[in-house]
Amino acid sequence: MIEARGLRKTFGAGASAFEAVRGIDVVVRRGEAFGFLGPNGAGKSSTMRMVAAVSPISGGELRILGLDPATDGPSIRARIGVCPQEDTLDNELDVWENLFIYGRYFGLPRAVVRERAEELLEFAKLTDKAKSRVEELSGGMKRRLTIARSLINRPDLLLLDEPTTGLDPQARHLLWDQLFRLKQAGVTLVLTTHYMDEAEQLCDRLVVMDKGVIVAEGAPGELIRTYSTREVAELRFAVGEEDNEVMAEKIADLADRLEVLPDRILVYADDGESVLAAALDRGLRPVASLVRRSSLEDVFLRLTGRTLVD
Amino acid sequence: MTVPTGSAALGLRDGTLRQADYWAALWRRTWRGVLATSFLSPLLYVLALGVLLGGFIKADPARMEGATSYLAFVVPGLIAAHAMQLAVGEATYPVMGMIKWRPTYQAMLATPLQARHVVAAHLTTIALHLAAATGIYMLVMVPFGVYATWWGASLAWLTQIGVGMAFAVWIYGITCRLRNEEGFGLIFRLGVFPMFLFSGAFFPVANLGRVGAAIARCTPLWQGVNLSRMLTIDHITWWIAAINAGVIVLLLVGGWRWAHTGLERRMIT
Repeated sequence: MIEARGLRKTFGAGASAFEAVRGIDVVVRRGEAFGFLGPNGAGKSSTMRMVAAVSPISGGELRILGLDPATDGPSIRARIGVCPQEDTLDNELDVWENLFIYGRYFGLPRAVVRERAEELLEFAKLTDKAKSRVEELSGGMKRRLTIARSLINRPDLLLLDEPTTGLDPQARHLLWDQLFRLKQAGVTLVLTTHYMDEAEQLCDRLVVMDKGVIVAEGAPGELIRTYSTREVAELRFAVGEEDNEVMAEKIADLADRLEVLPDRILVYADDGESVLAAALDRGLRPVASLVRRSSLEDVFLRLTGRTLVD
Repeated sequence: MTVPTGSAALGLRDGTLRQADYWAALWRRTWRGVLATSFLSPLLYVLALGVLLGGFIKADPARMEGATSYLAFVVPGLIAAHAMQLAVGEATYPVMGMIKWRPTYQAMLATPLQARHVVAAHLTTIALHLAAATGIYMLVMVPFGVYATWWGASLAWLTQIGVGMAFAVWIYGITCRLRNEEGFGLIFRLGVFPMFLFSGAFFPVANLGRVGAAIARCTPLWQGVNLSRMLTIDHITWWIAAINAGVIVLLLVGGWRWAHTGLERRMIT
């Protein structure tokens, strides 16, 4: 579905040139859910815009659905659905019109678009809002409408750029459910996110991006196994106590790896409870502690030395 | 899933027509206001300038470019100037809005539509707006007896749409190249307003002296004012009419390219 080799994107020229994507290789296969995980500014959205055939590549090779976006942009866009980071819904139109008019841009006959609009309103749980103005919808409803709109052409490939950013937990879970249903229906999903739980929930495979390059690639579980331990103990100390670095030295031998963050110490080990008990035996008195399984956040921290929300 | 269309070579006409429902939806919400202002504005202008002010102006028709009354002289100029103002208005804030403030164009360009389709559809709606506004303006003038022939009036109407669109395409391209709306003030203050006053709409450009008249005759608005006035009062010098029409056509052709390359540069980055 997507094949990129040495893909680059540069904005500007000369001394002010900024390279947002610096030679990435990506292959996305039919029917899989593929993710680009990384913090803001990692190059995820620039990559998505190139894949959506609305931003020319600056270097390397890119094939979408076997076609070259430089010459076959309209053909590619006819077969993909795009859910951009910022809603591009038309506030001057009502919910139903947003679907209908967008379908017409694809050259679909009016009767076909009407039928699909009804189906998609049902899918997005917005049937009772069909005649509402867009500005009356909640953030979650707008995202669902944007996703529904991106499905009006029954795309082979659905691109979702930060689909749940800014949504409350309930709205996120509803959206995940809908994306999961699409995945089960065989739609190839490509999404960017900086939420590790979202990537773990939805992605069969993902790449971790940082500063325009791919720093790791694989299935979420595989990445966690490769780059982290099974569990992590988190220790948080009261303000005014000894420096986290000093605390960390006292338990360094208990862990496979330690990460000292400004607000807490992460102790990586296969048995987090044992590490926590041993730390308490050594006289450490954290004000808060927890043991959890490793996540993609830990993978990112290991690979870049930074958290996803830096 | 099935592939709906193959759009590799989507023609300009097809791509433009795909947006007809969008523009029709917007028009359904605004047509009453547009038609009401299109009717009221010319009526007030003509009453104030043509009838009330014009009542004080008695001049030899030779000094009024062949017009037998000041009303007959001023009406074609007023309509052409109105077309310019309307076109500039439509090609500035609404276009910037669709680029920047509400991402309408971004949504359109995520589909098989290309920048040239989007520009063609938007300019078509401006042309239709101009046709409606200038058409109503001209109909309002019928009872005042300013038209010498029906065919002259018809050609004058086309001229007014043409001169309006000559402004629309160029201003559209400028808007696409502006980072923000601050440049619009310059367009209105240094472009539209002086042209409105000094391009022969209210008085013969000969009154400006040799240099002033030459400068005025170089403006796009004068081409429209002069041509539509000649056609309205049936006092036509054909070689001048051909130059006026030729300039308007050249402006339209060059401006079309300037407009769609502008949107492409702005949106496809």
